[in-house]
Amino acid sequence: MGRVRTARGSAARLGLMVLPVAFFAAFFAYPVAAIIARGLKIDGAWRFGRIGEVLAQSDVRQVLWFTTWQALASTALTLLIALPGAYVFARLDFPGKQVLRAVVTVPFVLPTVVVGTAFLALVGRGGLLDELWGLRLDTTVWAILLAHVFFNYAVVVRTVGGLWTQLDPRQEEAARMLGASRFAAWRQVTLPALAPAVAAAALMVFLFTFTSFGVVQILGGPAFSTLEVEIYRQTSQVFDLSTAAVLTLVQFVAVAAVLAVHAWTVRRRETALRLVDAATTARRPRGTGQRLLLAGVLVTVAGLILLPLAVLVRRSLGAPGFGYYRALTREDGGAFLVPPIEAIGNSLQYAVAATAIAVVIGGLAAAALTRRDAGRFVRGFDALLMLPLGVSAVTVGFGFLIALDEPPLNLRQSWLLVPLAQALVGVPFVVRTMLPVLRAVDVRLREAASVLGASPWRVWREVDLPMVRRALLVAAGFAFAVSLGEFGATVFIARPDNPTLPVAVARLLGRPGDMNYGQAMALSTILMLVCAVALVVLERLRTDRSGEF
Amino acid sequence: MPPSLLSLEGATVRFGGRAVLDDVALDVAEHEVVCVLGPSGSGKSTLLRAVAGLQPLDAGRVTLDGRDQSGVPAHRREVGLMFQDHQLFPQRDVAGNVAFGPRMRGASRVEQHQRVRELLELVGLPGAAGRSVAALSGGEQQRVALARALAPRPRLLMLDEPLGQLDRSLRERLVVELRELFGRLGTTVLAVTHDQGEAFALADRVVVMRDGRIAQSGTPLEVWQRPADAFVARFLGFDNVVDATVAGQAADTPWGKVPVPDDAPQGARSLLVRPAGVRLVAADAGLRCTVTARTFRGTHVAVHLQPEDAPRLEAACALRSAPEVGDTVGVEFDGAEIVVLG
Repeated sequence: MGRVRTARGSAARLGLMVLPVAFFAAFFAYPVAAIIARGLKIDGAWRFGRIGEVLAQSDVRQVLWFTTWQALASTALTLLIALPGAYVFARLDFPGKQVLRAVVTVPFVLPTVVVGTAFLALVGRGGLLDELWGLRLDTTVWAILLAHVFFNYAVVVRTVGGLWTQLDPRQEEAARMLGASRFAAWRQVTLPALAPAVAAAALMVFLFTFTSFGVVQILGGPAFSTLEVEIYRQTSQVFDLSTAAVLTLVQFVAVAAVLAVHAWTVRRRETALRLVDAATTARRPRGTGQRLLLAGVLVTVAGLILLPLAVLVRRSLGAPGFGYYRALTREDGGAFLVPPIEAIGNSLQYAVAATAIAVVIGGLAAAALTRRDAGRFVRGFDALLMLPLGVSAVTVGFGFLIALDEPPLNLRQSWLLVPLAQALVGVPFVVRTMLPVLRAVDVRLREAASVLGASPWRVWREVDLPMVRRALLVAAGFAFAVSLGEFGATVFIARPDNPTLPVAVARLLGRPGDMNYGQAMALSTILMLVCAVALVVLERLRTDRSGEF
Repeated sequence: MPPSLLSLEGATVRFGGRAVLDDVALDVAEHEVVCVLGPSGSGKSTLLRAVAGLQPLDAGRVTLDGRDQSGVPAHRREVGLMFQDHQLFPQRDVAGNVAFGPRMRGASRVEQHQRVRELLELVGLPGAAGRSVAALSGGEQQRVALARALAPRPRLLMLDEPLGQLDRSLRERLVVELRELFGRLGTTVLAVTHDQGEAFALADRVVVMRDGRIAQSGTPLEVWQRPADAFVARFLGFDNVVDATVAGQAADTPWGKVPVPDDAPQGARSLLVRPAGVRLVAADAGLRCTVTARTFRGTHVAVHLQPEDAPRLEAACALRSAPEVGDTVGVEFDGAEIVVLG
């Protein structure tokens, strides 16, 4: 009897997984495989020797080396700068905290193109630092590292801070009653409890910076190139598909390894910690040390996060009477077949469609993954869902172009192509946001409902849905912001007459002249505002901070 | 009286304008076991946190061994605190938890090891050193928490609802063990609880708190026999409390005239009639009541009586002579079981 029910349960879970698996097979595995086949298969025969040849090239090795060390350096720097922030946001109460928490998250959902542009306006030629002190960083690696910190600050604050708010402060108090000083109590009790979250955050940051594209594309100049930028160059400029395919494979292996470690640390995080209601743990700052720390974090946030955004806005206002903004509404006949302003409408349309797809696919996947005791197959599926976060978006985009243009899947002419690619990146966020909440629903609530006569469907509707509704909205918001900002894949598949905001920004930046530059800043500002509004709405909805983003 | 180890003077803590601890004065002598008793929200946990140095005082002071503790951080006060839910460190095993205090005070590995063995022996868990704290039962966690709190030899041991989460039979056994252990070690203890049975069984002295103030302080017997006011009486579980006017050796109450002890204070007072002082007589004598409920209490039967137009009464009856629900009985009062409250 029990076994029959378990079997039926697994069948139901497998049923939930059918659609997500089909989605990933058709729109992720197939295009990526197609790209690799195109690069490594010559006259019907695989040429794996090409891998060795490509890896032997000194410039490829240099790209690999740079990609790795800049990711390590960015991760270390981000942890160093963001961990005090995680503490302050988790444990201290101060006026304006909610707003500030939303503000530091803005960069994370900002399109990489905008981040690059903002830093260009700050540290580039004619940028703020150049004007003030003649200081330029845009040809140095510092610009890239700082932009990466800017971009990933929120990952650490949210992942580590989210757990930190829920750690029972009385654990530290217990240590202090046993004679541990404030620091010793933190070191002995809190740090070990936080370690898995810190490791998970570090791995996420490493992943994002290892595959960094937009930021390096704009700030790196000719001197610095990551794997992702090199893949883009090889595919769209050099047209050396076999090198691009090998680089894609290399990146794939590296990302898969990082994700495996990530999955392991996330599981370790689920070991028994004493978690309490997050609302009860924050206190007003007490003593000089805490006040100094708060001040330090506020200054960091102001300098590192607010300043680049402010500079971006200021540059966009550089022409009299909102000149750059007004220019966006004109057809200039150059790189655009339509006024750049139309990109806003395109972006919003695509984002709505992509959000719908991501929520359906991600929601089904999260429902299938809810049970902790899920088997190995299901856990593998969990890791698979994270892959699009790290696999070259450029590859996915180009793969869409060459793989989805013939029957049975001919989407070349379909506007759906862009939302499908964007949803691929949105799904991992939806799963990561929904899963902790779904898992937190006490099984006994469901049992209580079914004992009271609710069918499984009613149980879901009456118990699960009310509890996850907010998480669902938050997930949708993330998917929306992510698809608004998606650049690597969209740049390949967006049609010239239907550019999205980030694509339009990149195109404007790629053309000479103050007018184009100013318009890029104006368009970036608009994109930033749209993302910020989405985020503020999110922050209001968000009640459960234990999600991983 | 011996000099007090712990002394609170005018201790006040406010949370957003509300005084959670309101001008509290309390002394605990060396080797004394004091139990603070009060309903939830009466400020008893805040009292412990203030002594521990985890909660700064808004006014007043805490002295330990005659030394003012303001400005002394929690980890230098050498007091132990056993938390309500134990707060064992989940990442460490039993030995790691117990050794934590000695380690923080710079004990060598050998000393730590020695101390862990001693204490696990003391709390009746020899050989549990290598176990994970997550695998312990509630009673075992409680013992480990006690061992951990005692390990650094605190001057004063504080217990926050020490037995709160355990089931009844375990609680009754542990409270006896604790009492015996503290007596043997000569530990000075300040405990808080909302359970009067626990407080009476554990303490040399009981302090009843209400709304951040001390309502009464005395030996368990004193508090039980002469509750200071209607609040304390009701908190101790007495329901037969009414307003009365005392004149001479009788008091006017809604239940009619009742006898009071010779030395009773006079005038408008609250009056407590212990259930044992409510005597059942024939229906045509005394106050006429209807039996509304009877509850078996092991040694006696608690009978609820409803007079015609007066508050309900509770009486304690011998097992055999208890009336049935619905019976009509008469009630007389025994002056020896009546207390005129302050």
